Amino acid sequence: MKTFVYIDHFKGEVQPASWEALGLGKTLGAVSAVVFGSKVDEIVKSAFEYGADEVFVADDAALTDYRAESYASTLAALASSQNPDLILFPTTARTRELAAMSAVDLNTGVLVDATSVEINGDKVIVTRPIYEGKLFEKVTCSGKPQLITLRGRAFPKPTQEEGHTGTVTKVEAKTDALTTVEGYAQTEVGVSLGDAGVIVSGGRGVSNNPSLQPPAGLDDKQAEMWRAQQGFKLVGELASVLGGAVGASRAAVDAGYIPYSNQVGQTGKVVAPDLYIACGISGAIQHLAGIRAAKTVVAINKDADAPIFKVARYGVVGDLFVIVPALTEAFKKKLGK
Amino acid sequence: MKIIACIKQVPDSEAKVKAEGGKVSWGDAPLVINPFDEYTVEGALQQKEATSGTVTALCIGPESAKEALKHALAMGADEAILVSDPALGEIDTVGAARILAAAINKISGVDMVVFGRQTLDNGAGLTPAQTARVLGWPMLGLAGQIKVQDGSATVDRVIEEGRQTVSAKLPAVVSVVQSIGEPRYPSFMGIRKASKATIPVWSLSDLGASASTAAVTRTELMNPPARETTVEIITGDSPAEIADKLADKILAEKVL
Repeated sequence: MKTFVYIDHFKGEVQPASWEALGLGKTLGAVSAVVFGSKVDEIVKSAFEYGADEVFVADDAALTDYRAESYASTLAALASSQNPDLILFPTTARTRELAAMSAVDLNTGVLVDATSVEINGDKVIVTRPIYEGKLFEKVTCSGKPQLITLRGRAFPKPTQEEGHTGTVTKVEAKTDALTTVEGYAQTEVGVSLGDAGVIVSGGRGVSNNPSLQPPAGLDDKQAEMWRAQQGFKLVGELASVLGGAVGASRAAVDAGYIPYSNQVGQTGKVVAPDLYIACGISGAIQHLAGIRAAKTVVAINKDADAPIFKVARYGVVGDLFVIVPALTEAFKKKLGK
Repeated sequence: MKIIACIKQVPDSEAKVKAEGGKVSWGDAPLVINPFDEYTVEGALQQKEATSGTVTALCIGPESAKEALKHALAMGADEAILVSDPALGEIDTVGAARILAAAINKISGVDMVVFGRQTLDNGAGLTPAQTARVLGWPMLGLAGQIKVQDGSATVDRVIEEGRQTVSAKLPAVVSVVQSIGEPRYPSFMGIRKASKATIPVWSLSDLGASASTAAVTRTELMNPPARETTVEIITGDSPAEIADKLADKILAEKVL
């Protein structure tokens, strides 16, 4: 099967699931990487080291910032001339748009968020979660090429082979972008939920620490937000010592404790960490669906009947404000940090 | 400014959704406006207020989807249009985008089309960009804020890496995320107006369009595997002891 893998990057930082896609492509036969951008030599080098036999490169100042229209036109033109059976992408904000638009141009379809991929003759069958992870479907695409975006961490990352190299083929950049990127602000530094091996999440319960006395002069709402910040600080410290990301339940996001980009589960993100620690999260049905792919779930909650304990491997019935900092200390010692 | 809010009807997110006989079942849970599309309508109404414009809610679905359109009307949309046709039962996202684009062209004079980031059912999140592509309009995806000035829209694009400021000339397609603001509740007057509204239904022949054969088809529907786990509750005489035991258990799982 002739497979192309689109390497997604933001300002030169490659989305790690791009390499996972390259690893999957390698198991299907000859694999070519596709790299768009400006000054992307380092990415091309890495693509070879992660297993690409050939890299198609559109390196052009006009492609400096990702813009959906020009990237889609460049990709669709490349696919029309090279005729791959399959184009794999990591699932990101950019590739959803890029694959979506390319599918219109190429008169084919996109299978989004694949958690497994099987080959049946010349057809690829993809398993993907739907209804917030409450169901799974197998889908196939009758068009060619078949465009598939892979869920992060669903496929193994190939090992990097220093010095491995291959053919670079230049691709003409299309310049039909209809948008202008005016600026960029990095809002939060940290591990992103989609790539995280460890996630520590807080729920509405993080604002309920009775032993805290908010500073004078705050009204009730301000005092609640202050308490929530203190609670998420404890969650963040545990995440930090484990090298993980901070997540949140919908209740905590709705209450304004933390931005929605941290939300796990319904209308948020479906995540697949190796370790998920839920602090003060009762476990609404959507939240439980959102963490179904987590390997080990640990729940800390003062309510022994909370549904989160039904999906947890380990649980502590107790006060998160006492247990979470103690756990942070325990890991600091045991991990030598 | 003439604004279109594209919405969908889906089973309520509290529903216990199951696979039954190869079909999706949501028991007796109600069908509601896609939760992401409450933000769609909110975003569209904000632009209506900022530019003294109008909002038309647009939906592909069966007759029952009029209820979702009525929710949009109750929130403050000026009119609603349902695109409904038996031939639309089996379309994929590219097919839906072509039909929406045909409806948007029929409405004519549209300045901005607003979508939610995805639907709660299929959740692929492809239709906004595909509709933009079919129309040949710019796509301003994942907007947390929209500003319109001098025939251009500028959005704050919320992505994992942070926020980008991106602009384009109108007409444009915009998809919104939750940062756009909490969806307003339908007002009493809005609910009354919506209950009396006549919602026109357009068929494919009204649009002069045909349903394209779906490239993407489902071959199997499955319930997720049951999570085989029994919780082990960690106890101890002190928080430090509990934490110590729990940390050892987690380390033994080799997940770090």
